[in-house]
Amino acid sequence: MSAFDDPFDPKVKLASQGCSCGRHSNQTEHQLDEDARIGRVVETTVMRALFPHDETRRNFIRAVGASTAFAAISTLFPMAAAKALAADRAPLEKPDLKIGFVPITCATPIIMAGPMGFYSREGLNVSLLKTAGWAVVRDKVMNKEYDASHMLSPMPLAISLGLGSQAQPIDVAAIENINGQAITMHVKHKNNLDPKQWKGLKFGIPFDYSIHNFLLRYFLAENGIDPDKDVELRIMAPPDMVANLRAGNIDGFLGPEPFNQRAVYEEVGFIHTLSRDIWDGHPCCAFGVSHEFTKAYPNTFAALFRAIASATEYAHKPENRDDIIKAIAPANYLNQPIPVLEQVMTGHFADGLGKVRNVPDRVDFDPFPWQSMAVWMLTQMKRWGYLKGDVNYKQIAEQVFLATDARKRMKEMGLSAPASNYSKYTIMGKEFDPAKPEQYLKSFKISRA
Amino acid sequence: MSKSLTFRAYLLSALIFGVMLMGWYLATLPQKTVAVSQADAEYAALMGGGAVKKSGMPTPLEVGHTFREKLADPFYDHGPNDKGIGIQLGYSLTRVLAGFALAALVAIPLGFVVGMSPIMHRALDPYIQILKPISPLAWMPLALYTIKDSSASAIFVIFICSLWPMLINTAYGVAAVKRDWLNVAKTLEVSPLRKAFLVILPAAAPTILTGMRISMGIAWLVIVAAEMLVGGTGIGYFVWNEWNNLSLTNVIFAVLMIGIVGMMLDMVFGWLSRLVAYND
Repeated sequence: MSAFDDPFDPKVKLASQGCSCGRHSNQTEHQLDEDARIGRVVETTVMRALFPHDETRRNFIRAVGASTAFAAISTLFPMAAAKALAADRAPLEKPDLKIGFVPITCATPIIMAGPMGFYSREGLNVSLLKTAGWAVVRDKVMNKEYDASHMLSPMPLAISLGLGSQAQPIDVAAIENINGQAITMHVKHKNNLDPKQWKGLKFGIPFDYSIHNFLLRYFLAENGIDPDKDVELRIMAPPDMVANLRAGNIDGFLGPEPFNQRAVYEEVGFIHTLSRDIWDGHPCCAFGVSHEFTKAYPNTFAALFRAIASATEYAHKPENRDDIIKAIAPANYLNQPIPVLEQVMTGHFADGLGKVRNVPDRVDFDPFPWQSMAVWMLTQMKRWGYLKGDVNYKQIAEQVFLATDARKRMKEMGLSAPASNYSKYTIMGKEFDPAKPEQYLKSFKISRA
Repeated sequence: MSKSLTFRAYLLSALIFGVMLMGWYLATLPQKTVAVSQADAEYAALMGGGAVKKSGMPTPLEVGHTFREKLADPFYDHGPNDKGIGIQLGYSLTRVLAGFALAALVAIPLGFVVGMSPIMHRALDPYIQILKPISPLAWMPLALYTIKDSSASAIFVIFICSLWPMLINTAYGVAAVKRDWLNVAKTLEVSPLRKAFLVILPAAAPTILTGMRISMGIAWLVIVAAEMLVGGTGIGYFVWNEWNNLSLTNVIFAVLMIGIVGMMLDMVFGWLSRLVAYND
């Protein structure tokens, strides 16, 4: 009702609040009308693009009829998706954002989205802040100094569960990169290639809650080495890994790129196993956002997701990698020599043992946050005693990894997204079924669970 | 005589410098590296064959070149993670001065109280003794957790490390003011405030400044480590960033700059303490 309606008229409902513009009887109707209006704008834009001359359009519609015309054009152009996208492009609640990253190639989509304009295309003004280490990333996200950040994919699970920090719900909006790690060994182990012989060695890993830690432990255990008893795992920053390798303080490390290739380039190490050979397509780093942020700024979050997902898709294509290297190599971002980055990003590299290898998917980029990946990480957290007691794998995975959300948004953007949130994986020849995590956990000979 | 002594000292300094440079030069002479696989030119190219790698121990010439390059444009700003050395040093100095000023505001009045009142001295001494030996960086996690701001945490760490030398020296200086002077003040029935400002402060000033000088030295040591830990801006971040790049040339450059700035800070306090010095 309008403010001027007669309150003594029995036909007028006083309880009705009307809508925000006052022209509709309630907010739902207003929204429907608004959606229709946005839809009209999109349709008009599409038609204008298809028929630059209006006469052609009118003739076409007169000839085939409006509904046939609409159906024909919809097959050419995803009209519904475009409308949904336009409706989503509501005003940004918070256009100025601070995003943290650790300077490794895993952060490629987050970084390149800055200099290559993926953020500004979405109307976001992002400062990319280089961060000294994972613990600092964790603290700055928890302190809200960062709105979003590059994280190791197990970190949002750990922070949400309160492992190694206070519990604070963090969302994984997207996976940053898949593959792209390696086990690098000191050159003195050139003749000691069999991991079964690695008892007593010392290895570097970047963080407790890292895919690196879980993959290295898995790899060692599959080779009969107990990672807690037979070897020493030390947490250190990637540049320290190269320096410690040079000094002989560690025998090897499972670390992020470009430091594996850097160790080869410095002639102190060789690449023993690419992480893709342990688990092809494994997740590495993630794009984490505090749950509070996702809830408080839905439009900003949507814009951020679009920027990251389109950057990830761009990074996935091999033909774009050269441009990307140029964008991310400067001191402001990775601060690394171009020849090293080239070998990492193209997969055409010297392995440190005198061979040139060609592995195009050595690093790859795929944004979809599979919940089955989260379940796998949780099984490993439980396996090595980081997580104790009964674990509701599915519930945690679905709470933290926003796969359904990502699928919806990816479809709107016209990107292909998997139909399911769960997938089976084969890791070093062993199958992982996300529906049976406990059974999987019990199948390991070396385990703390 | 003394003139020739100064001259000879300078000569000796120059000689030591020359020997050091020479030793450095000889130690970093390019070694004949055995090509890993001469047959495979592609492999050698991927290993950076012939290219100058930034990470090895640099020669004096390379460091000299870096000095010239970095000091030619000390205030450039290429985004949040790449700023000139002047800007980085500016950030560090601002943090040090902020933390130091806060510490002076707390430590000097508290030092007066501790120095003038034996009971306060006894009461506070256990706390000072326990808190003094704690490494300033050990406060960092607590500061980050409670203050929830990395820049403010760095300032807090500077504050806490500057506090103790100033406090202890002020207390000592105040307590060591000559009895005679205090007695004279008593005889003349000077008000306590006047006594503090006109008798004790000038008498204790040299000791207080010594405390401040020590504090400043420690603060400058600590800021580098603190900024390496939290990152973002400052000379410590610069060192970390270049370390992440495994670029020893830039790290050496930064280390020498830290030394030079530290020396200048010390000289300022040396000059200040000469201003307040007196002879009995």
